[in-house]
Amino acid sequence: MQRFLPLVVVLALVVLFLAMMLSDRNPKEIKSVIVGREAPAFSLPGLKDATATITDADLKSGQPILVNFFASWCVPCRAEHEHLMELARERHIPIIGIAYKDDPEKARAFLEELGDPYMVTANDADGRTGIDWGVSGVPETFVIDGKGIVRYRHWGPVVDGNIEAKVMPAIEGAR
Amino acid sequence: MLAEVGHFALVLALVLALVGATVPHVGIHKGHTRLMAMADRVAVGMFLMVAIAFAALTHAFVTSDFSVLVVAANSHTAKPMLYKISGVWGNHEGSLMLWVLILSLFAAAVSMAGRKLPLRFRARVLSVQCLLAVGFLLFILLTSNPFLRLDPAPIEGNGLNPLLQDPGLAFHPPMLYLGYVGLSVSFSFAVAALIEGEVSPLWARWVRPWTLMAWIFLTGGLALGSWWAYYELGWGGWWFWDPVENAAFMPWLAAAALLHSAIVVEKRDALKSWTILLAIVAFSFSLLGTFLVRSGVLTSVHAFAVDPARGVFILGFLAFVIGGSMTLYAWRAPKLVPGGLFGMVSRESALILNNILLSCFAAVVLVGTLYPLVMEAFGAGQISVGAPFFEYGATVLMSPLIVALGMGPLLAWKRGRIGRAAQVVLPALIVALVAGLYVVWQSAGGLVMTAFGLGLALWLIASVLLEIAERTQLFKNPERFWSRLKAIPRASWGMSMAHAGLAVILLGITISEAWSREELQLVAPGDRVAVGGYDFLFEGVAPVAGPNFTAVRGFFTVSKGGREVARLMPEDRVYADPVMNTTEASIHPLPGGDLYAVIGEAAGKGRWSVRLYFKPFISGLWAGSLMMMIGGLLSLSDRRRRVGAPMGKRKEA
Repeated sequence: MQRFLPLVVVLALVVLFLAMMLSDRNPKEIKSVIVGREAPAFSLPGLKDATATITDADLKSGQPILVNFFASWCVPCRAEHEHLMELARERHIPIIGIAYKDDPEKARAFLEELGDPYMVTANDADGRTGIDWGVSGVPETFVIDGKGIVRYRHWGPVVDGNIEAKVMPAIEGAR
Repeated sequence: MLAEVGHFALVLALVLALVGATVPHVGIHKGHTRLMAMADRVAVGMFLMVAIAFAALTHAFVTSDFSVLVVAANSHTAKPMLYKISGVWGNHEGSLMLWVLILSLFAAAVSMAGRKLPLRFRARVLSVQCLLAVGFLLFILLTSNPFLRLDPAPIEGNGLNPLLQDPGLAFHPPMLYLGYVGLSVSFSFAVAALIEGEVSPLWARWVRPWTLMAWIFLTGGLALGSWWAYYELGWGGWWFWDPVENAAFMPWLAAAALLHSAIVVEKRDALKSWTILLAIVAFSFSLLGTFLVRSGVLTSVHAFAVDPARGVFILGFLAFVIGGSMTLYAWRAPKLVPGGLFGMVSRESALILNNILLSCFAAVVLVGTLYPLVMEAFGAGQISVGAPFFEYGATVLMSPLIVALGMGPLLAWKRGRIGRAAQVVLPALIVALVAGLYVVWQSAGGLVMTAFGLGLALWLIASVLLEIAERTQLFKNPERFWSRLKAIPRASWGMSMAHAGLAVILLGITISEAWSREELQLVAPGDRVAVGGYDFLFEGVAPVAGPNFTAVRGFFTVSKGGREVARLMPEDRVYADPVMNTTEASIHPLPGGDLYAVIGEAAGKGRWSVRLYFKPFISGLWAGSLMMMIGGLLSLSDRRRRVGAPMGKRKEA
């Protein structure tokens, strides 16, 4: 029967490829393991007031909240900034900012120059919290529901089309 | 107008391919010689038609005819001529045209060079080749027509990805494709043999030169690709275990195994069904590679623009070709009864061991490449399989292969005596052990693998030399050394050369991995950095303008012991169309190793980030690959191997 073995392997591979091709997936998208789970615990100093402490308890506010990792050295962060401003000002969505591996001085200057969309801003100077959250680069944005469960992870800048197509539905779904 | 001519020629080629895929079989069935002979004329005609179509496309690229969609999307008037031409195959549609061109070229070559093949068998082979052409021509015409017009024509094209505008990459795809598609001939021979239900030593003699040719091109293609990665990607690496690299490596491994197993078929009339299977598998790996690049199933730096319709078509074709041939195999394999017998200790057994190890390694690479996909399919999340997995597999499976490689050629055919061979290679073993132990003793610590690698490489080189000494009876009968040396057939020189090439590659890998030195620093003009005993003086930067890019060029003077050794001028280029940043490493090869400099971003206050390396003996990688290719060519040029040449030896029953 071993002469049928190659044929069986080939057929199994064809089925595998077909299934993966027809399933609506983008292999370039890196999936997050924390979606659907409770947001990873963290405790960070504030960016503007270094004596304040911001923790994961701040996420459990009873309503959906965005967590946005940013840095002053990151160009796409500048691109998404005005959209974050709009989300915060016009649509009244609370956003927690986390300055990722950034000089606090420069991060503060960044917010002064472009405006501050954040309810509170934490300072993740060594990037430890970023690692716990599985951040692969800035900007990255997470939608957290009222119970502190991560509902959606957005990789890259939150701009034009993405807001209506992905971020807003995730927020509505988290309500 | 020419584009339409090209399109029409492609349709005619399809018609010819359809005729070629069917009529010869009818001819054989009815015993009609004229119908069988049509396969020859069809093969040549098909090649001419595809060549016309390819020429039309090349013309559009050379003259920057932006009314043709592919040209507008991938070319630019400011591009140097070399890259206008290499742009023809730098995109999905054009690369398929190159694929079909080579496929039909090989069909024509089999028809011309294979006049000594029995007509019946040649007709079978050619019609399988035509069937493959039908699939690819349909694929082009239905989903990826390169002759689509654009109206109105844009004034300027989009340009070619700047990473691809490089002499190494201009020739890398044609080389690789010659290898990939060359394996289609072995495949057609295997399928024809299955249809006929007979595999003879003569069959192996016919199929070997074609496999050897494909293997030589694959070796060249892989070497060019890794060389490009080494100097263009700018961080000193040369192999990344990327899915598409693996997809090119697997056919190479299968072809190497096939080369060796065909010898056993030829000499001993055994191992037939395995050899047939290998021939099918080798080409299947080629097809898998094309599929992976074009379907978007896996992520890779090599991926073409993804289109689901194309993916589904090519998967269907893959299922038909590979599934069909494997079905044929399952049905016909029991008919292939082995003829000759051989002892446990013999050259044949050594070749079987070689086959087991090479195919296991190919299987390891296949599993590593597809494992992330399987995990994702079963909902186990995304993972990636990294270099450590493949490197572990390579060490475990290739080390015994190299040990066996040293022994194999010394064993006698049919019934060897391990004691006799061991006696001959004993000095080789001693040399290898001494060298290995010396390194361990020199720097006890993490260098065990280095010692091991060096030991293996030296073992292989020493046993290759001893094999030549044994053949010429250098020690027993030295006065007749020269005449015996001249009498060694070229095929045998080819084997020694290729095996020594592998040893040189292994030396290159081991030494460069163990003793590379790397410095990442911010430097201002006038700063000195010491790397691996060399003194890099940074003199400053200057702007440069190329035909379609601007660049910052850094200047380094490298000296050793106060004496100037080399000047390095790495560039950081920004291409205009499309806008993209590339690094051009500056490399100066010295006998002992490569000096390698990369310039990065400006860091303010006149300082620049630079990466400087000293990579000892890394050129061994490419020198070794070249030796393997030369070995293959030597063996190919052996009169006894040439198809149709009178047989030197009577066939053993």
